[in-house]
Amino acid sequence: MARSDAILVLEDGTTFRGEAYGAVGETFGEAVFTTAMTGYQETLTDPSYHRQVVIQTAPHIGNTGVNDEDDESERIWVAGYVVRDPARRASSWRATGDLEERLRAEGVVGICGVDTRALTRHLRERGAMRAGVFSGDAAALDVADLRERVLASPPMVGADLSAEVSTPRPYTVEPVGEHRYTVAALDLGIKRNVPRRLAARGVRTHVMPASSTLDDLLATSPDAVFISPGPGDPATADHAVELARSVLQRRIPLFGICFGSQILGRALGFGTYKLVYGHRGINQPVLDRTTGKVEVTCHNHGFAVDAPLDRRIATEFGDVEVSHVCLNDNVVEGLRCFDVPAFTVQYHPEAAAGPHDADYLFDRFKELIEGAPAHA
Amino acid sequence: MPKRSDLRHVLVIGSGPIVIGQACEFDYSGTQACRVLRAEGLRVSLVNSNPATIMTDPEFADATYIEPVTPEYIEKVIARERPDALLPTLGGQTALNAAVALHEAGVLDKYGVELIGANIDAIRRGEDRQLFKDVVAAAVLRAGIVDTPEEAATMVPRSRVCHSLDEVRATVAELGLPVVIRPSFTMGGLGSGMAHTPEQLERLASAGLQASPVHEVLVEESVLGWKEFELELMRDRKDNVVVVCSIENVDPMGVHTGDSVTVAPAMTLTDREYQRMRDVGIAVLREVGVDTGGCNIQFAVHPATGRLVVIEMNPRVSRSSALASKATGFPIAKIAAKLAIGYTLDEIPNDITRQTPAAFEPTLDYVVVKVPRFAFEKFPGADAELTTTMKSVGEVMALGRSFPEALNKAMRSLETPRAGFWTKPDAYATVEEALAALRTPHDGRLYTVELALRLGATVEQVSEASGGIDPWFIDQIASLVELREEILNAAVLDERILRRAKRAGLSDAQLAALRPELSGEDGVRAMRHRLGLRPVYKTVDTCAAEFAASTPYHYSSYDAQTEVAPSARPKVIILGSGPNRIGQGIEFDYSCVHAVQALRSNLLGRNKQTAAEGDDLAPGAVGAEGAPAAGGYETVMINCNPETVSTDYDTADRLYFEPLTFEDVLEVYHAEDSSGRAAGGPGVVGVIVQLGGQTPLGLARRLAAAGVPIVGTSPESIHLAEDRGAFGALLAEAGLMAPAHGTATSFEEAKQIADEIGYPVLVRPSYVLGGRGMEIVYDDATLRSYITRATDISPEHPVLVDRFLDDAIEIDVDALVDATGDVYIGGIMEHIEEAGIHSGDSACALPPITLVSADIAKVRAYTEAIGRAIGVRGLLNVQYALKDERLYVLEANPRASRTVPFVSKATGVPLAKAAARIMLGATIAQLRAEGMLASTGDGATLPLDAPTSVKEAVLPFRRFRRTDGKGVDSLLGPEMKSTGEVMGIDAAFGHAYAKSQAAAYGSLPTQGRILVTVSNRDKRGMIFPVKRLADLGFSIIATEGTAEVLRRHGVECDVVGKHYQEAMRNAVSLISSGEVALVINTPQGSGARQDGYEIRVAAVAADIPLITTIPGAAAAVMGIEALIRGEMAVRPLQELHAALRASSVPPSPVR
Repeated sequence: MARSDAILVLEDGTTFRGEAYGAVGETFGEAVFTTAMTGYQETLTDPSYHRQVVIQTAPHIGNTGVNDEDDESERIWVAGYVVRDPARRASSWRATGDLEERLRAEGVVGICGVDTRALTRHLRERGAMRAGVFSGDAAALDVADLRERVLASPPMVGADLSAEVSTPRPYTVEPVGEHRYTVAALDLGIKRNVPRRLAARGVRTHVMPASSTLDDLLATSPDAVFISPGPGDPATADHAVELARSVLQRRIPLFGICFGSQILGRALGFGTYKLVYGHRGINQPVLDRTTGKVEVTCHNHGFAVDAPLDRRIATEFGDVEVSHVCLNDNVVEGLRCFDVPAFTVQYHPEAAAGPHDADYLFDRFKELIEGAPAHA
Repeated sequence: MPKRSDLRHVLVIGSGPIVIGQACEFDYSGTQACRVLRAEGLRVSLVNSNPATIMTDPEFADATYIEPVTPEYIEKVIARERPDALLPTLGGQTALNAAVALHEAGVLDKYGVELIGANIDAIRRGEDRQLFKDVVAAAVLRAGIVDTPEEAATMVPRSRVCHSLDEVRATVAELGLPVVIRPSFTMGGLGSGMAHTPEQLERLASAGLQASPVHEVLVEESVLGWKEFELELMRDRKDNVVVVCSIENVDPMGVHTGDSVTVAPAMTLTDREYQRMRDVGIAVLREVGVDTGGCNIQFAVHPATGRLVVIEMNPRVSRSSALASKATGFPIAKIAAKLAIGYTLDEIPNDITRQTPAAFEPTLDYVVVKVPRFAFEKFPGADAELTTTMKSVGEVMALGRSFPEALNKAMRSLETPRAGFWTKPDAYATVEEALAALRTPHDGRLYTVELALRLGATVEQVSEASGGIDPWFIDQIASLVELREEILNAAVLDERILRRAKRAGLSDAQLAALRPELSGEDGVRAMRHRLGLRPVYKTVDTCAAEFAASTPYHYSSYDAQTEVAPSARPKVIILGSGPNRIGQGIEFDYSCVHAVQALRSNLLGRNKQTAAEGDDLAPGAVGAEGAPAAGGYETVMINCNPETVSTDYDTADRLYFEPLTFEDVLEVYHAEDSSGRAAGGPGVVGVIVQLGGQTPLGLARRLAAAGVPIVGTSPESIHLAEDRGAFGALLAEAGLMAPAHGTATSFEEAKQIADEIGYPVLVRPSYVLGGRGMEIVYDDATLRSYITRATDISPEHPVLVDRFLDDAIEIDVDALVDATGDVYIGGIMEHIEEAGIHSGDSACALPPITLVSADIAKVRAYTEAIGRAIGVRGLLNVQYALKDERLYVLEANPRASRTVPFVSKATGVPLAKAAARIMLGATIAQLRAEGMLASTGDGATLPLDAPTSVKEAVLPFRRFRRTDGKGVDSLLGPEMKSTGEVMGIDAAFGHAYAKSQAAAYGSLPTQGRILVTVSNRDKRGMIFPVKRLADLGFSIIATEGTAEVLRRHGVECDVVGKHYQEAMRNAVSLISSGEVALVINTPQGSGARQDGYEIRVAAVAADIPLITTIPGAAAAVMGIEALIRGEMAVRPLQELHAALRASSVPPSPVR
C-alpha cells in the first residue's frame, strides 16, 4: 500500500518526516511518548490522552488488531498517533478489525516510519511540547508555516479539558454479584476498567458528568466518592477541587486516581506542577511507603502534586502524608489522609493497559468505605 | 533492608563443561555473580571443571577449584573452605542437581552451609512434573486468577493416569487427539510418544502399559502447535516481583525453545493476555517458593481460543535468562546474586540508567531475534528433525528497530553457508515441495517459509503447513518477499528503494545477489556510501529512552539518529567469535575477553599502582619503551553471541551487538573511527582479529584491504600459514619436516598425491576450523567418494592431502611471538590419543608426560623458527606429530587456539592478555618485566614438581539419534565433534586424569566388570593395561579374539560370544543391564570402522565410560590406580599458581 508523505513538526521547529498513518490530514496536540509495549488499544481510547499526540516507543504497533473488548471508552481520544512500524496484518484470536482502519474511521491522523527513539530522546531532553502532524497535501507545505500553526495551537498548561471528555449524562455500572456499596464517580475522563474493578467488589458505580454538583453526587446516596483520571491541567479544575473539598468536609470516603489525585492534592492545599516530559508507560516502579513494597504500575500523567516527602503535613483537613512515590524520580504518586477518609494515587491501579500489581488499592477503597462511619 | 551481615563466604558452583543445552551462558552468569559477591566484600569460593571460562580465572574468586562439579568433589571443597552459604542457581541444572545431592547426602547440614538463592522444596516443586501441575493449579486459585478448581485444572495440559486400554480410550475421548503417552517409571522416557491417530494410540498405549513396571501410563493433552512464550521473572525477599522480559517463540510448541527462533518482546499478545500471563507467572513463582532470584516460566497459548497453560519453570538462571539479560540490558545473574545475599530490588541501582532502581520492568524500543546454530553436518546420519530434545550447539542474537531488520541480521550472523535470504540457490522448486518441507521442523525453517511465500503460498497456508507459526511473523517475511520483488523489478535501484531495503535489514550481499549488475557486495556498498546511506547506532537502555543511558551498548539500524558518543581516546576493536559451534566455542570468547581486560583502561586484575598509572596516561600515551602502556585504550567489542561474557556490557568499554560480517564490522569501524577523529582523537588504532577464531580471521584480508588497521600478525602472514604451498616452502626453508603432502582440486590430482606419499592419507579442505570435513582415507575408493562429496573445491579452496602418521604422538604448542622475534612458549601439550584424532577431541596433558628434554628442545626450536618465519605478532599455535624420534609439523595457526585458556590456567600465565599487549606493540621482555609473563623461563620449562593438568573433551553423542531411532556412532576421528572440555589438575598424571574423567563423564570405576574388544592391530597394546586392570580386581569380559590374547597372558576372562552378531548382542545386553562398568573398544584401523558400533552406542546410552583408543586405556588405568590408591585432594588454582611462581623464580640451577 502506497502511503503519502507525512511530517511531524514540534513547536521548537524540530521536524520528523515519515509516511501517513491512519487518517490523512492534519492534527495538533501535546507531543508525549508512552513506553508501554502492549495495550495500544487501551492507550488510544484512554480519555487522558485527549489533545495529545502520542508517540509509541514500541516499534511494532497494530500486531493484534483491535477487538470489541479492550476499549477504555467509547472512542479514540488521542489527537495524533506516531509509530515506527505499523502492522500489515492483525493476528489475534480476539481481533475483530484492523487498527489502521479504525484510526481512519475515527479520523485520527498519524505518522509512521519515524525514528520514534530520536523523537523520544528529544522530548526527554526538551520536555513535552506542542506538535502538529501533517499528511497528504499538508505535508508538502513550508515547514516554517507549519511550525507557526503548531505555535498557534493551544498549550496543555492551562487547558481545562474535563468537560470535553466527561459523560454528558450520568450512567450506572452495576456490581458483579451482590450489591454492597454505591460509589459516585466524578467523570473527568474515566476509563472503563475503573467501574469494572469496583463492580468486582460489589460496588454500584454512578458515573457522573464533570459538571455535577455536590447535590448531584449526594443524590445517588453514595457510600463513597471517586474522582477519575483525565486530561488537562489540574490547576484549571476549580470546580472539581471545590467538590472534593465538600466531600472531605462531609467525611465521605474519597478515592482519586491520577487527575483525581491532583484534585485531592489541590483540595488539601498543595500545588501542582508540570513534569518535564511526564510519566507514560506500564513499567513504572512505585513504592508503597506504608508496606515498603514495590509495585510495577501503569502511569499516564504530565502533572504532579507538589508535596513534601519527608514528613506528615498538617492541612485544613488534618494530617496528610505522601503514601506512594515513584522510585525513578521521587515524584509524589499517592496521598493518604489521616483525619478524613481519603486517599489517592497518581497512577493507575485499574491498569488497562498495564500490570495488576496495584489492584489492591480497590480493596483499600472498599476497606475505607467499610471503616467509615455512616454519613448523611 | 541491606545485605545480610551474617554471610561472609559464599561457594558458587559453575556448570562444568559446555554441552548441548548448557553452554557458556552460565559462564556469563557465574562471572557476574562472582564479580558482584566480591565487590560486596564477601569471600568467594568457586567450583567449576571448565577451564575455558572467565569465571575460573583466578581473579574472579578468592579460591577457584577447577574440580569436577560432582557432590563428591564439592564436599571436599566445602570441607576445606567451610563457606557460610552455597549459591547453586547460576550454574545451570548441573549446579542445581549437585546442590540437591549435597543436601540429600546431609553434607550441607554437616558443614552448616546454607543454600541461598534457592530452596530444596522449591526446586522439587519446579521439577516434578505432577507436583508442578498441582502447584500451578493452587497458585492461580490462591491469586484469584481463576475462581474454581475446575478452571485451575485447565491452566496446565490436562492428563490422566490410566491402567488399561479402555481407560486410555475413555481419556482420549475427553481430551481429543493428539495426546502424549508417558509410561510410568521407565528410564529416560522410554516408550513415550505422541499419538496422532487411533492406531498410533492403540500401539503406543499398549506398548507403554507393557513397558511400565506398574502397568501405568500418563495420557496427556498435546499442546503441539500452540503458541509458545516465556517470561523471565525476578523476586526478592520482600516479595517484590518484576518481569524482566517476555519471549515469544516463532516456532510453536513441539520444538525445544533452545532450537526455536525466538523474539523479544512478545509480538502477538494484547495487553490483556500479556498481563494474565504475568499474573500467572508471578503466582506460580510465589507458590513454588523461589525466595530470591530469577526464574523462567514457559507458557503455551492455544492460537484459536487463547487458552493459556503453564508448561514448566526453571527456578534458576537459564539460557533464556542470559538471552533476556542481553536483550533488555537487565543483568539477571548479577541481580540474582545481589538478591541472594539479602538486597531487595529497590535497593539495587539500574546499571544502565544509574539514576533509577532495578525494581522495574525493562521496556524495549527495538526487536530482538535469537536464531539457533546447529551442527548436524558433524553427525552424519543424525536425524535433523527438530523436536522437544535440544540439538542446537549455539545461537546468535540480533537487535533491530523492526522484526525484519533483526531477523535478517540474525540470519547473517549465523555464519552458515546461507547468509540470509536469497544468497544460495533455492532448496525447492514448487510451492508443494516447500509446504511439504515445512511440515517437519528443521534447521533454517524460515528460509523455507520465505521460499513457500515466494512460490505463491498464502500466509495461511504457510502457517498451517508449519504447524502453527503465527501469521504475523509469516506476514513480516511476506513483506520481505514483496520488497524483493520491488528490488528485482526496479528500473534502477534508487535511494528510496535502497533505503527501504537497508531498513528491512538486508545486507549489501543480499542486494548484490538480487542485482548482479551492481558488481557485487562491494558495488552495493560503494553506491550506498555515495548516497550517504549508513547505519546509525542505537542504545540498549532498558527504558526505551525514557532516561539517559550511561552504558554504550549499541546495535545498528538504518534509522535517523545515531547515539555513538564521541571520544578522543585511542580505540581498539576486538572482533568476537560469533555463535558457538563445534570447533569454535567459548575458548575463543575467553581470549577476546582477555584482550579487553588487558587493554581496557580500568583494568581488572591489575594491581592498584599500575592501574593508577594507567589512568593517568594521556590518550595515546606510550610507555617508556616506545610501545603503548597497558590500558589507556577504549575497547570496543563486536559480537553476536548472547551467551558469552564478551557480550556482557560490563566487559568492554563499548559493545556493538552486531553480525560479524565484513559489512557490519566495517560500518562499526567507520562509526567509531570517524566519531573518534571528530572528537580530536586518533580514532581506531587497531582491530584485533586473531583471538576470535576463524570468524574474524576470515575477515582480516578484506578489512585490511579496506584500510582497517589490523594489529598483530598481518593478514599476509596469516595467509602464509593457511596456504599449504607457501607454508610448505616456509618449512622447507627453515629445514623443518612436515608429513609429505600436496593439494588437489580433482580426484586425479588427489590420487596422484596419495600414490606418491602412500596411504593412509589425511584429506581436508583448506581454511577450516575444527577439522570440518577432515577424514583419514585408506584407499582410492574412499578418496574418490570424499572428493565427490566435497562440493566446494576450487583452485582458491583446494583439498589438502597429507600423509597420515599412524601411531605418532601428537603435540600441541601455544606460544607468543613479538615484533622483535622473541618467542615465549606458553605450554606444550601431549595428546593422550595418537595423532589422527582431532586435537579438540583428544585428551592432553601439560606438562607433556612422556617427552624428554631433547624432544622439548626440538619443539621449542621448531616453534621459534615457525613464529619468526611467519612473522607472528601475538599468539601462535603449532601442532606436531612425533614419530620415531622425528618431529613433523602438522599445522601452524597464527591465532589464539582452543587451548589458550587451558594453558593459561595450567601455567598461571595469561597468554591472551599478553598477546593483546604484543599486538599493540609491547615486547615479551617488557611483559616479563611487568610480571605478566614469567620473569625467566616459560611454559616449556615448568619445574618437575609442577602439577599436571589434563584436558578432556566432552562429546554430545547422546543428544543425537539416527532417523532409524538408533544412536549415532561415538567414534573419534580427525573431524572435531566435542562441544566442550574439562580440566583435571593434580600433582600427578593419574590423579589429574581421574579428575578429568569424573568431570567429563562421571567417575572412572574402581571395581566391576570391564568389556574389552579391540582390533587386531591393538591387541598387543591392550595387553598391559588390561592385565593391570585385572590385577586391580576388575573382572574382564572380552570378544573371542581379544580373550584369546588375554588368556595367553594369564588374564582370566569371560567370552561374550563366538560370532560377531552373537557377541554384539550379548555385549549390548550386558551393557544395557548395567553389568559393565567400563568399555574398551577400538575399531579396526581401516575400512568403514563400523564394527563395534552397537557396543559403543550402548555404552553411550548407558552413560558408562567408553574408551576407544589404547593410549586412552593406558591413561584410564593410571586414573583408576589413583582412585584406588586413595583420597583425591582438592587445591585452589590460586595456591597452585603461587607454588608455580615460587618454584620458577629463580630457576633451579640443578635442572
